[in-house]
Order: sequence, then structure tokens, then C-alpha cells
Amino acid sequence: MADALISPAVGGAMWAVSGGLIAYSARKVREEADDRKIPLMGVLGAFIFAAQMINFSIPGTGSSGHLGGGMILSILLGPYAAFLVLASVLTVQALFFADGGLLALGCNIVNLGFFTCFVAYPLIYKKICGRAPGKKRLLLAATAAGIMGLQFGAFGVVLETVSSGISELPFRTFILLMLPIHLAIGVVEGFVTAGVVSFVRAARPEILAAAADREPLGVSVKSTALGIAAAALFAGVALSWFASANPDGLEWAMLRTSGREELQGAGKLHGLLASVQKKTAFLPDYGFKKPATVVKAGDADTETGDPGKSSWPAVEAGTSAAGLAGGLLTLLLAALIGFGLRRRKIRA
Amino acid sequence: MTALAKNLADIGYMDTLAAGNSPLHRLDPRAKLFTTFLFIVAVVSFGKYEISALVPFFLYPVFLIGFGELPAGYLARKILVVAPFAFLVGVFNPLLDRQILFQLGPLGVSGGWVSFFSILTRFALTVSAALALLSLTGMNSICEALARAGFPRAFVVQLLFLNRYLFVLTGEAERLSRARALRSSGRTAMGFKVFAQIVGRLLLRTLDRAERVYRAMLCRGFDGNIPIVEFSRIGSRDILFVSAWSVLFALFRFFNVSLILGEAATGLLK
Repeated sequence: MADALISPAVGGAMWAVSGGLIAYSARKVREEADDRKIPLMGVLGAFIFAAQMINFSIPGTGSSGHLGGGMILSILLGPYAAFLVLASVLTVQALFFADGGLLALGCNIVNLGFFTCFVAYPLIYKKICGRAPGKKRLLLAATAAGIMGLQFGAFGVVLETVSSGISELPFRTFILLMLPIHLAIGVVEGFVTAGVVSFVRAARPEILAAAADREPLGVSVKSTALGIAAAALFAGVALSWFASANPDGLEWAMLRTSGREELQGAGKLHGLLASVQKKTAFLPDYGFKKPATVVKAGDADTETGDPGKSSWPAVEAGTSAAGLAGGLLTLLLAALIGFGLRRRKIRA
Repeated sequence: MTALAKNLADIGYMDTLAAGNSPLHRLDPRAKLFTTFLFIVAVVSFGKYEISALVPFFLYPVFLIGFGELPAGYLARKILVVAPFAFLVGVFNPLLDRQILFQLGPLGVSGGWVSFFSILTRFALTVSAALALLSLTGMNSICEALARAGFPRAFVVQLLFLNRYLFVLTGEAERLSRARALRSSGRTAMGFKVFAQIVGRLLLRTLDRAERVYRAMLCRGFDGNIPIVEFSRIGSRDILFVSAWSVLFALFRFFNVSLILGEAATGLLK
């Protein structure tokens, strides 16, 4: 997920959801009151960060993969601490490598952290794996959990992107693109997790045994399902609140009537309305249209010559030329200011 | 130098930049964090066909980079490295949205192209501002700001630890993969089995280190709480910085400055 692709409503809602999850996990970790866990979590976060930089080649494809790490963290630390660690890794990556971006950070934490730590790990990995799994069972559990976690995550990316409405990709196409890719990535993640876990178990069996003992199995299917439902409800309410703050239909009707009434009269009112709308609309006005109907509506408009919809957001040639010239001018100005600041500095 | 070592040097360099001493470095981290957040929200709140109104916003990252004496070329390269993702998702827009928005001479420009360039513009704006923020502030100060803004302490402590040990463990990872590369006589690609062993080995070293860190902390009186030192205070400069930029962002958000400027310029030509 990246800042450039999401609307503030979606970004804000996901920030709220991930912020709530972080606060909840932080409280849970504090309740465990295990001092030893504080440095362990920190250093394991650094481990995930470092391990993600090592690439391996995937046979037969020519591409390379790396570790996601959410599952290994959950196995070693339990879901709450693992979620905190993963959230911190994503935060640092957003800051250092500009991976995603700051506004999209909430989306990324939910897509990669929530689904792995609170869905795939307790509901799939734990259920299949049991307490002392054999090698095959471990592989099966890790692969199934890896696949599920990444499928949910990919679904989250699609949902967030489509409801933001910046990208034109229709829901169906995007999902048909994302899910198979992440199926493969999930299989790889599962293999890596199983590989690393079996290596550690062979070398130092006591570590995993201690982790399995320490970690309380507090996550039940019911409470997790309730949590997902609550988060979905919250996101839905937040999104619809933002949506109704700027009702699409009303706006459209307004423009359509103004277009019909004033089109011969040089479109002054139209321009005025548009500029008022531009100034008052804090949130983008397109976010909640269904992408498939947008294309069709456009076609229909050109056929019937309905001036309302097709004249918005289209702008007249004069304005766009001025916009282009002005944009270039502003860019030049900004660059000059930057150079000016620097020159002054060097002289000083 | 391996790719891993390059990444490590890269993170180290961002930290070095943050140790600078420009007026912007000296601002309170909360002021910078808040202003950058406002900036990002303002930028992404535009409609998808907006390009010209976004351009004035470049003033903010340019100001940060110029006034904060940051290396512009280096940051630009960093932005280019992550650009492919925005490019990939945006590149479908011209194919899917073919309605002609306006004519540029003989060329009809479709809505898809406009929204594609809008995505790239947003991307450049948000990423450059975030990178400039980190290079001017540094991870420790950002954590301090987060803690004082009321973020959960366990999370902030986690971030501080991560930032501290990231260099240590990435160094370990670099040595492990270099050792493999030296012993594998020219085969460059790492197989899956070896990878799992290397990562497993790294994990074991990590766990050992965590134990040593914990003991060292106990020796220094660790009682389950980590104090976060509060260095900075909000001063008049910070208030000026936040309020001046907030006014500018509001101006850029509600008036298309490029358009006004462009109309003035084309008016002069006529």
C-alpha cells in the first residue's frame, strides 16, 4: 500500500484501527509483565528487519523471495507481542525506505500484522500444529497459515485501494491479479517459516518449547471473529460517515442542473459552483463510485450528449493550459526557492 | 559491496543526516511530525484528476531539503528506488479511463493519463516529505515525540530498541551472507535450504544477544520501565513553523495557486 493510492478517509480509518490494535496489544504485553520480553521483542524486530534483507532464489522462476516474518514472531512471542514488533518494523521501513508511506502505514499494519498475528496464527497455525508437531505437520501448518494470512492481506490491499478510488483498477481485475500472486508468496512464506522453525528446533529445542509454554493461548475463535467484525463495522461506519459528508448524488445532481441551465449562458454559474465545490470539498468526491459504472456512465454520457456528467471533472482547454503553465511556473519557483536557501547557506 | 551492506550504509547515512545542526534540525520533533502529517493529509485529500493544484505543495519538501541542508540528489535517488510500486498500480489508469478530459494542441489527454500523473505527483510529494522528516529529525527524536504525544509506551520502547539493534543485526546478516557467498564459488543465487539455515542461525544469534542485552540492562538497574528522556521544549520558532505552514497548506488546498499564477502569466502574454 502507498500514500499515493489512498484517500484520507481510508488512511485515517486504518490508522484508527491499527492504533487501537497497538494500544490493545501494548496493554496485553504489559499485563504479561515479562521484563525479559522487552529486549527480546526489540532485538527480534531488528532480526526481522535484517532477515528481510537476505534474498533467496525461488527455483524455476528466476525471481527471489524474502521473509515476511509475522508467523515466526507469533510462534516465538505470541500474537500480541508479535503484532507490536511487526508494527514497529513496518514503521521503521516506512520511515527509512519510504516503503508505503506514513498515511498508508495504518493500512500496512492491518494488512500484514493483524491478519498474520490475530487471524492466521491463532486460527490456522495453532489449530493444525498443536503442541509438539512433526516435521510434516509443521510444514502444513506454516504453509496454510502463510497462505491465509497473505490472502487476507492482499484482499485488504484491494479493498483499501478500491474504496479510495485513486486507482482505476476495478475490484474484480485487481483481486484476480492480487490473490494468485499472494497465493504463491504465501506458499513461499510458509516454507521459509517451517524451514527456520525446524532449524531452530534441531539446534536449540528448548527455545521453542519455552516459547510454547510461556505463551498464553488466550485467543479464541469467537473473540477473534468478534474483533474482525468490530473492526470491519468500525471501518465501514467511518468510511460511510466520510462519504455522506460529501454526498455524491447530490453533488452530481447539482452540477447537472447547473450545467443544463447555464450551458448557453457561458457557463459562469457552472464555473462558480465548481470552484465553490472545489473549495468546500475537503475530501475527494469520487471515492465511492463503483469503478465499473464509471466507465459505462462515461460512454452513456457521450452518446446522449448529457452535458452534466461529462463536463465534470472535465475542464475547458483554456483553464487547463493555464493550469499547465502555472504548474510548471510554480515548480520552477519552488526549485528556485530551494536553490536560494542553499546558496544563502553556503555563503553564510 | 553487497546489496545488504549498501542498505546498511544507507540507513546509517540517514542517521548521520539527522545529526545535522540546521535551524530545522533544532525544531521540536513534535512540530515537524505534526506539520508533515498535515501536509500528507492535505496532499492526499485532492481529487484524482488534480495535478496543477498539487504542484505548490512541492514548496514544503523543497524548503525542508534546502533549508535543512539535505542532499537533494541522494533523496531523489531514494524516491526513485521505491517509485515502481506507485507506477505499477497507476499505469493501468490510462488503459481503463479513456475519456478525453482536455485537448493539448492536437493531443487529446484522457482522464487516465491525468490521474496517473496525479498519482506520481502525490507519490513524489508524500515520500519526499517523509524522507526529509526523518533526515531532519532522526529516529530517537521521532520516538520521543511519539511518546510525548501519547503513543503506547510499549510500542515506543519497541521502536527505540528496533532502531538501536537494527544496525547490529543487519551487520550480522551481512557477515553471514558474505561468508556464504565466499564459500559458494561463484554461484550467486542463494538456495532455499541454505537460506532457511542462515536465517535460523541469525535467529539463534539474535536470541543470544537478547539474553545478553537483558542481563546488561539488569546490571544497570532495569526495573521493567524504560525512561524516555525529553530533550526539547516547544518554543516560539516551533509555533511559527507549524502555524506558517498550516496557513500555507490551507491556502494551497483551497485555492489553485498554480492556476492563478498561470492565468496571470498567460494574461500578461496576451
